[in-house]
Amino acid sequence: MATTVFPLPLPALPEGWAAEKDFKPIGKLTAATSRTLEPIGPHFLAHARRARHKRTFSEDDRIQAQERAKKVEDDNDSEISEPEDPMMLQREAKDWKSQDHYKVLGLSKYRWKATEEQIKKAHRKKVLKHHPDKKAAAGRADDDNFFKCIQKATEVLLDPTKRRQFDSVDEEADVEPPTKKQLQKGNFYKLWGAVFKSEGRFSKVHPVPSFGDDKSTKEDVENFYNFWYNFDSWRTFEYLDEDVPDDNENRDQKRHTERKNANARKKRKVEDNARLRKLLDDCSAGDERIKRFRQEANAAKNKKRLEREAAEKKAAEEAKAAKEAAEKAAKEAEEKAKQDREASKKAKEAAKTAVKKNKRVLRGSVKDANYFVEGDASAATIDAVLGDVELIQGKIDADEIADLAGKLNGLKVADEIKGVWKAEVERLVGAGKIKEGDIKALSA
Amino acid sequence: MSESTAIAPENRTVIGITFGNSNSSIAFTVDDKAEVIANEDGDRQIPTILSYVDGDEYYGQQAKAFLVRNPKNSVAYFRDFLGQEFKSIDPTHNHASAHPQDVDGVVSFTLKDKDDKKDEEGEVVEEVPASTLSVHEVATRYLRRLVGSASDYLGKKVTSAVITVPTNFNDKQKAALVAAANAAGIEVLQLISEPVAAVLAYDARPESELQDKIVVVADLGGTRSDVAVVASRGGMYTVLATAHDYEFHGVALDKILMDHFAKEFLKRNSSATDPRENARSLAKLRLEAEATKKALSIGANASFSVESLSDGIDFASTVNRLRYETIARSVLEGFNRLVESVVKKAGLDVLDIDEVVLSGGTSHTPRIAQNLSNIFPESTRILAPSTLATAINPSELQARGAALQASLIQEYDAADIDQSTHAAVTTVSHITNAIGVVSLNEAGEEVFVPIVHPETAVPARRTVHVAAPKEGGDVLVKVVEGNTHIKVTKPEPKVKEEVSKSAKVEDADDEDEEDSDFSDDEEQEEEEKREKLWKIGNTLAEAAIHGVKKGGKVEVTINVNADLSVIVTTREVGAKGGVRGQL
Repeated sequence: MATTVFPLPLPALPEGWAAEKDFKPIGKLTAATSRTLEPIGPHFLAHARRARHKRTFSEDDRIQAQERAKKVEDDNDSEISEPEDPMMLQREAKDWKSQDHYKVLGLSKYRWKATEEQIKKAHRKKVLKHHPDKKAAAGRADDDNFFKCIQKATEVLLDPTKRRQFDSVDEEADVEPPTKKQLQKGNFYKLWGAVFKSEGRFSKVHPVPSFGDDKSTKEDVENFYNFWYNFDSWRTFEYLDEDVPDDNENRDQKRHTERKNANARKKRKVEDNARLRKLLDDCSAGDERIKRFRQEANAAKNKKRLEREAAEKKAAEEAKAAKEAAEKAAKEAEEKAKQDREASKKAKEAAKTAVKKNKRVLRGSVKDANYFVEGDASAATIDAVLGDVELIQGKIDADEIADLAGKLNGLKVADEIKGVWKAEVERLVGAGKIKEGDIKALSA
Repeated sequence: MSESTAIAPENRTVIGITFGNSNSSIAFTVDDKAEVIANEDGDRQIPTILSYVDGDEYYGQQAKAFLVRNPKNSVAYFRDFLGQEFKSIDPTHNHASAHPQDVDGVVSFTLKDKDDKKDEEGEVVEEVPASTLSVHEVATRYLRRLVGSASDYLGKKVTSAVITVPTNFNDKQKAALVAAANAAGIEVLQLISEPVAAVLAYDARPESELQDKIVVVADLGGTRSDVAVVASRGGMYTVLATAHDYEFHGVALDKILMDHFAKEFLKRNSSATDPRENARSLAKLRLEAEATKKALSIGANASFSVESLSDGIDFASTVNRLRYETIARSVLEGFNRLVESVVKKAGLDVLDIDEVVLSGGTSHTPRIAQNLSNIFPESTRILAPSTLATAINPSELQARGAALQASLIQEYDAADIDQSTHAAVTTVSHITNAIGVVSLNEAGEEVFVPIVHPETAVPARRTVHVAAPKEGGDVLVKVVEGNTHIKVTKPEPKVKEEVSKSAKVEDADDEDEEDSDFSDDEEQEEEEKREKLWKIGNTLAEAAIHGVKKGGKVEVTINVNADLSVIVTTREVGAKGGVRGQL
């Protein structure tokens, strides 16, 4: 923020004003209001940075300045500071096929990851150092072998096609699969992760899923292996081709070499695919996660099965219990029915005997009353009276018989007995059960 | 913001999006300069409309044209429905397009977005029923198109965006917007408020100087007007007050022109049907009225012509700007009242306002800027195309601001952005009174020289240079609080000349807040004279600088810490050491 200048003068110091260190604190600031800043704009970001790192204005200024300064330095140096191998400097340019282009340019720690920018910078730096003119100035004329190496390396690395061909066979960038001994130490995920990261550079598809670690989900792990078992690689082996003679004299020889090269490439590609597959098989064989997922899946399946079995068992038991209960109930019902039957039979018999007994009383009563005649009764009279008694007995039911028998029971006087019978006859006639004329002896 | 869509900073392609209720814009930054992207139709203001015709999706200007022929399958003005329940939405503006419906409380539209199955001759074999789309889905589809245009323009897939929202968007609406954007495959880096985005667009221009100022942002849109008072202190923005108006807006101006031309049409064709009574005629009328309104913002005359407006009768007419401004007077004055009310709501006076930023499509109307310049003092800069030649297109302000913000934060991780925008960081104390020093004016009276203005967020640091007395020597630096008051002088012709002279000197002190031409004008108009004066409040500290050179200056730095403690550092400019004290 530009410093504002105010033209109006400050007052002169009054006479006799004095304070320690020329400063006199007097008041306090009025209370402030809390408001929300809009988190927008460069100055807010600076504020946020200060607030989050608890920096004051001057600290923040200093740190920012330092960061900026460091960045510039980074750009200048850092990348290409590898020491040069004296053996490498002795290389012949014509052996370029066997040279490590990244090492020549001092990019061996970047390799396939080196950006075009880095390659260009590295190249420039090397050129400045190894240019033949500089060597000549140092008294070594015609020493341009390593310079040619540098040029060749740059030519290869800056051409995307050639660079891929070189990267395909760049063994320095390969990470060896871990041995069993290494794995025993328990770095399974780290070691194999590095292998697949390095193999991933050949992938046509990006992003390449990461190997993950112990905590990766089942989905991630499956995704990883699916990706790698269906790996789409751009790796080619043209770089290892035998030189095709380019003289026009022997066409057959040329074609022969070309064919040989093509076959060799194909073979190498197949071998490479097989190698990758074996790598994957080895890895998945040792992958604890797969085992764990399988166990979990099994456990889940078993759990389902056990649950099902338990359910079946339970169902069977319940069915059995239900059946037993039903049988028991049926049996009980049957027994009860039998008892009922017997009881009713007994009751019926009892009723029958009672009726018989009552009938005997009825018949006895008329006999006690001497068939309602003085002296010996004639057979006809007896018949008539008993016939009437039979008739009445036939017309009335067991209860009425019992009733009648109750009334007659104990009576010895003929008139009283007759009265009872008469009353009965009248009742029956009244009820319309007997016609008046039917009963002769008893109603007389 | 949302974890699921977080994208590594180095893989981001960012843009700024203004997702408006009527129009939307997309912008990107190139070399720290924001540019608004024209979509495939060449539009920089893309109507927020989606339309489905025979199963094909149209958006923007093309969709808008379909409002005449295909209103049922076109959906417009849906931004404000995001995250709202059906019962709380205002469906007024959707009358001429698909109507919002209540589906379990969710605002939805029924659109026929898939074509019927047809055989080779084009005969309909099977009718595909119309689908019911929630406003969320509609917004997602629209944003997808918007971002698609940006991706086409930039040649890279756009991954992330900063989106502007009105200040009154609640958390639910914000969440709905973020969800809709995520569904469209966009990582929302941040939602920023519209008025501040507009201020940022101006402040980020290389020629603009960083200064403490109070800005009124009038965002006059198609269906709503939002006005905010923003304190800009050292490039940090605090919203002091806002108002939202749904009465005075662009559509209200269109309505006036529609009525005007409809009446004229009826006057000329007395037997014809009123075009306002037929949906299709009304749509034509509306479309042309809007075009005429835009033409009137540029030229003094505009034509209005619609073929087959009503009953097959063609209609053509013209209108000049004066006529338009007369008939639209009630609406245009409404904007004035709205702006005035917000200034009042912020507890400020029009004299406190340093800048008025006009944003939104309706701000193109010259009369609005002129009206505003009448209510504000002349020292207030009205940033609108008709009052300032260097003004940025008001329709593009917010998108530019969003794009600038996007470029600022694109290197941060999502978590980092979240933390920086956390309430713990954004909620800070703002000082209530100004802090300054006491100087002497020509008459030898004590006057207040503000150093830290009121409503400055702490911690803050400001440095000023104040002249020492001409003859040099020992000076007293008296640090005081100060606040403003509005002095109203009743006009008393000619007699008060002397008084106002001295008053004028005083306000010259005031950071050129008012200049004397202004007060002269006022006097000629025989109106009461209002001016802003600083009043000296509590004394905070005193310090002494010894032996200042002749014509020298004194540097005063005031550092207000987050706990409201103040560090005063003062010394002669160019000298070493100095006096430092804390209170």
